This record gives sequence, C-alpha cells and structure tokens, in this order.
Amino acid sequence: MSVRYLLRNVAPLGGDRTDVLVADGLVAAIGAGLPADDETTVIDGTGLVLLPGLVDLHTHLREPGREDAETVETGTRAAALGGYTAVHAMANTSPVADTAGVVEQVWRLGRDAGWVDVYPVGAVTVGLGGERLAELGAMAASAARVRVFSDDGRCVADPVVMRRALEYVKAFDGVVAQHAQEPRLTENAQMHEGVVSAELGLAGWPAVAEEAIVARDVLLAEHVGSRLHVLHVSTAGSVEIVRWAKARGIAVTAEVTPHHLFLTDESARGYDPVYKVNPPLRTADDVEAVRAALADGTIDTVGTDHAPHPAEDKDCEWAAAAFGMTGLETALSVVQATMVDAGRMTWADVARVMSVTPARIGRVDDAHGRPIAVGEPANLVLVDPGARRVVDPRAQATKSVNSPYRGTELPGAVVATFLRGRPTVLDGALVEGKVLA
Amino acid sequence: MRHLLSAKDLSHDEAVLVLDTAAQMAATQAREIKKLPTLRGRTVVNLFFEDSTRTRISFETAAKRLSADVLNFSAKGSSVSKGESLKDTAQTLQAMGADAVVVRHQSSGAPHRLAHAGWIDCPVINAGDGTHQHPTQSLLDAFTIRRHLAGGAGDLAGLHVTIVGDVLHSRVARSNVELLTTLGARVTLVAPPTLLPVGVESWPATTSYHLDDAVADRPDAVMMLRVQRERMSSAGGGFFPSGLEYSRLYGLDQRRLDALPDHTIVMHPGPMNRGLEISAAAADSPRSVVVEQVANGVAVRMAVLYLLLAGAQATAPADDETRVLA
Repeated sequence: MSVRYLLRNVAPLGGDRTDVLVADGLVAAIGAGLPADDETTVIDGTGLVLLPGLVDLHTHLREPGREDAETVETGTRAAALGGYTAVHAMANTSPVADTAGVVEQVWRLGRDAGWVDVYPVGAVTVGLGGERLAELGAMAASAARVRVFSDDGRCVADPVVMRRALEYVKAFDGVVAQHAQEPRLTENAQMHEGVVSAELGLAGWPAVAEEAIVARDVLLAEHVGSRLHVLHVSTAGSVEIVRWAKARGIAVTAEVTPHHLFLTDESARGYDPVYKVNPPLRTADDVEAVRAALADGTIDTVGTDHAPHPAEDKDCEWAAAAFGMTGLETALSVVQATMVDAGRMTWADVARVMSVTPARIGRVDDAHGRPIAVGEPANLVLVDPGARRVVDPRAQATKSVNSPYRGTELPGAVVATFLRGRPTVLDGALVEGKVLA
Repeated sequence: MRHLLSAKDLSHDEAVLVLDTAAQMAATQAREIKKLPTLRGRTVVNLFFEDSTRTRISFETAAKRLSADVLNFSAKGSSVSKGESLKDTAQTLQAMGADAVVVRHQSSGAPHRLAHAGWIDCPVINAGDGTHQHPTQSLLDAFTIRRHLAGGAGDLAGLHVTIVGDVLHSRVARSNVELLTTLGARVTLVAPPTLLPVGVESWPATTSYHLDDAVADRPDAVMMLRVQRERMSSAGGGFFPSGLEYSRLYGLDQRRLDALPDHTIVMHPGPMNRGLEISAAAADSPRSVVVEQVANGVAVRMAVLYLLLAGAQATAPADDETRVLA
C-alpha cells in the first residue's frame, strides 16, 4: 500500500495553488510541479482547499455507557468524515470520566479505533455533582494526559468549587471549560426565553442565566490568574462580557457551536425536538452577535458539541426529549456557509478557529493545528468548497440521526482527511482498515 | 382544517363558522332528545395524560350527543405510567380504530407532535397542552361572550375583554388572546409582573399590573384565571408573596365587582379558587356566566367534532339538516 500522497494543485489555507507531498507521516515537500513516482498516489486538488486537520474541543462520544447513541468507533468515524484529526471527548459518560481509569479507557478506545486522536476531557467534579473536585491531577498524569476539564452538560455553579478548579489546574497547565448555565434560573427550562417561548408555552432558558455565569467566571479567572474556556457561547450579552474580559487581559477563550451560528429559536415552532439543545437556539440578533464575534476574534473556536441521541429520545414530545444535536459531519459546511461564503472569514481564519486555536487551548498543539509546512506532521484535510450536498442523517457515520440540518443543502465537502500521513478519508469516504498511528 | 391545535390556526371566518355551528348544536340541546346521529359508527378517543374531569366529560358528552363511540384513555393506571411513549400510546389507539384523538397533555406541543410527527393519521384536537393552548376553551369563551354581548351572531368587533391572573402558566390566556383578537375584540391582560411571560410584548394585547385601572377602563367581560396556590411557595417559583396579597391586588372582590359597568360579564374557566382570584360574591353574582360556560363547552366541542369529522368541506350544517338529524 502506498504511503505517499501527492496533493496536486491544492490551495493551502485557501492561498496560492501548489503541490503538497505527504510521506512518512509528514508534510515532505511543498512546491509547484513536484514529481510523482510509482509509489505515490496523486490526488487532483484543483479547486480544493487544504487545511490542517480539524480539532474539536467539544465532542460527546457517549462511550462508556450510552453505546446505543454513539461509540468511540462510530463517533470517530464521523469525526474523520467531518475533516477532524483530533477530538476531545466530553466527560459526561456513564460512568463519568472523573478518574484516571475512565479517561485512560476512553483514550485507549480512541487509539484502537484509529480514526482520529481522541483526547478525553476530565470531569471537574466527582460524578459531575458540582460539589467535590475530581482527582484532576491523576487524570492529568494518566496515559490520557488530560488538560481540559469540564462538567459539560452541567455548570460548575458553586463559585467556590469553580474558583478552586481554576486554581488547581494551573499546576499542570490545564484549563476549565465551563458550561455556563445558572441552575436556579433554568429549572425545567426548555428553550430560549423570549417571544417564541412566550407563544409556545415552553419554559424559558433566559440569556441572563448564561451571561451571569460567564461574568462571574471571567472575574474569578482574573482573580486567581487562571485560564478559562467558555463553552458554546450563545448570546450577544456573553459576547460582550468576553470582549470586555479580553480587553482587560483576562486569559479567557470562547467557543461557538455551528448550530448557534446557523439556527434560531424560531426553529422550535414545530415542536420538533431535533431543535432542542442546551444552551438553546437563540434569536437572530444573538446569531449575528456570535458570527461577528467569531469573525473579529472575540470568540476563538468553533466546537461541535456533537451530541448524539438514540431515536426514542427525540421521537417524543418536546419536554420529554433529550437536549443536543449531532454536528461532526456538518460543522465545516456550516462554518463555510455562515462565515466563508458570507465573506466574513477566510479559509486561513477557518483553520485558526477549527484547528490551530482549539489545539493550543487543549495543549495538543505539538501534533495538531500545525502550520502546513515541510517537516510538520501530516494531519490535514482536503476540502471542496464548490460541492453542495443535502444532509441525510441516515447516511452519516454517526450512530444517531438527530441532525438539525436534515434535508438542508449545505456547501462544501470533505474530500480527504489524513491522520499522520495516512488517509482516513479518501474521495469523501472512510478508508476501511485500521489506521495505525 | 384538519386538526385543531391552536386558536391561532383559526381564521376569522373559520372561527365564526365554529361559533355558528355551535349555536346550532346548542339549539338541538334544548330539545327533549339531545342526540344527533351525525357521527354514528365513528370513534373518538379521549387521550388524557393530565387530570381533567370537566374537560374530559365535556368532550365525552359532545361526542356521545353526536352518536360517536368514545374511548377514554387516561394516563393514570395505564401503560403510560409503565413508561410507554406518547408515540406508542397514540399508535395503539389508532390501531384500535380511532377516527379522532382528543388529547390533553402536560407538555406544551404534544398535540402538535401527535398531529405532525407522522405517528398517526387522524384529526387531533388539543384539549389543553402544558402552558401552550386550549383552543376549545377559548371557543366556548368566545361563544359565551358573543351570546351575551354581541347578539349571538357574527364576531366580537368592538368588545373589550380583560383577562386577569396567571398569564404566564395559562393556556387559556394564550388561546383567548389569539382567538378574541381574531374575532375583533380588544384584550387587556392584568397580572403581577412575575406572572406575565417575557416576550408578552409581542402579543396582540395590552398589559397592566393594576386590576383597579383595568376595572376603571370599563371592560365588557372580565375573565379571571385560576391561580395555583403552590406558585407562591419558593419551590413553586415564588411568583407572589402570599395568597392574601394576591387576593388584595388581583382578586375580583365585591368592591371591584361593584365598580364594573352594569353590562359586564364575569367569566372563569374553572375550577375556581373562591377567596383567592375570585370572591364568592363575584362567582355567584348575576353577572357571572361561569356555569353557562360549561354548558356552552359541550356545544362548541360538538361543533368542532362535527366540522373535523363530518364536514369534509368546512360548512355549517343547514337548519333542515339538524332538524332531519334530530
């Protein structure tokens, strides 16, 4: 089997066209008119854009515990098809990833699957209970080398616990990724609180419940001199607080999800729970605010919050349904549609928010989010921005079908993904056979 | 009109048609033999996931007066309490031959899901969903108002209806704001600020925090909403400090009753909390139409069942038809 790939006439980061040779796991050569020998597979990259392999700081792989929704195997296949070479697996599994044992299990499952590098996220508190710190040091020192800690799905609501977590992870250069949701203000909340919730009679999830926690946390991060990462920023008010905090020099980074860039609370009108997500879809003004913030750098990353659920958890009435939507296989297309095609970001910006910066926040930037340069590890994705496709959740690799883009035509398609020089995806399809690192 | 899910689904003409049809149904109910053969051989399922004796009995009576067979399915003691999903329950009932499903559910939007998720294929009538809609309640309220204040015909143009109480949690208020404004009435909502939803400013209604101001504004009808006592506890949300304070500020007491214009009617969807949102004096006064609302509920529900199940095209039955049917 050939292990050399010549990507002919591609546009790295959307720039000038050239040839890129991938060999021995590295970017071996870059330049127009590179020769190809018999051992080299040539891929015609005319019209295609070459990016560093995408890095997701926010994936729910569901294993262990909810293998009916997703497994590490199916979730990482979806990730590779979406152009990812690394994903951070959230801790809200069953059992919770709050010990070295569980994070090592997830890390090994990821390594065995081989589609992307799986970096487990450790829980901040025992059992996501919000009361007692989990053994963060043990997870950091484990084979999984955890650097990102989050109770995602729940907020670290107790200010003292949050302060301690922010302080404690400094010892191993970790970061706390906060799911900002004031619990008392969101009891039984079903959707964004506003005009639409008032009419639909669904209990409101007010913007202030997110913003109050973001405001508190940036002040805590400043006070103790720690890094803070705000997950799934969804409101214009949160954007303003993050902007203010950055101007003050606070070490805060922020994430937006593809669905908060694309969809609004109007989607709830049909009571289809495929649009039920936490934090909820917000107003058109909020969508505009997070797009502007992503473009101007106030928001640093796009994280999928890929949240697969089995059919029975969505094929029901709204209040009984689970929160969350899948996203790994559509994220890049949504970012292209909302940001690139709209003229607000370049492909180099896409590489920054979907690869370089998330890799740096997760402290995996020795391997991922690297420049496309000779000698760098060949974690790459080849994208066809001219393609258009109608999303069919049943045709996706993720085990679940709760995609809010079902039936929507989106631009762009992943043509190929390389993990350390080996193709995980070619011609838009998974390359079967284990991809050993 | 295939389903009745929300008062918003009804156009002005459709709403008037339902009221006209209900008037004809009400006329048949004054006869010695009240039963019409219209829906003979059809099966109406009352699917009640939430306790509601009066609404269920009203729908059951309406269906039986039209000669339909009625299956009552309540969540208590049923397979629902064993974890069966809404989808499976609905499909089971359809497999048993339901021609229409009347559904009451604690989750807003559940009837909408039943109608549109592709689970079943028959008309769905919303008998109250969560804090969303209760369209037949608003129809019977409109019918009652029309009878007293609009000569029993046409729409409600020019009338002013004031709705008082827990608007936030009230499907009755939401349905009535939609339907009464569709019919040309002006609606004022009166509640403490904690019991008005964020976003209410987009509704076609004016709002006030002061019942005395609203009374002084000379409404034609005052509709008092039920206030659940548990809302005052901190576990229930702490929406107001005490029942006594609520009653002082938002209760329809003797003084406010006396301040209303002579023609103003007093309404309540029931069940009433006497002494909380409505005084006994108001509930039992000659201007109270609470009991009549219940009677009109049967006629309105007969009309809705008739139009959804028998009227392939939405037209009112001709006078001679009801005579023949009788």
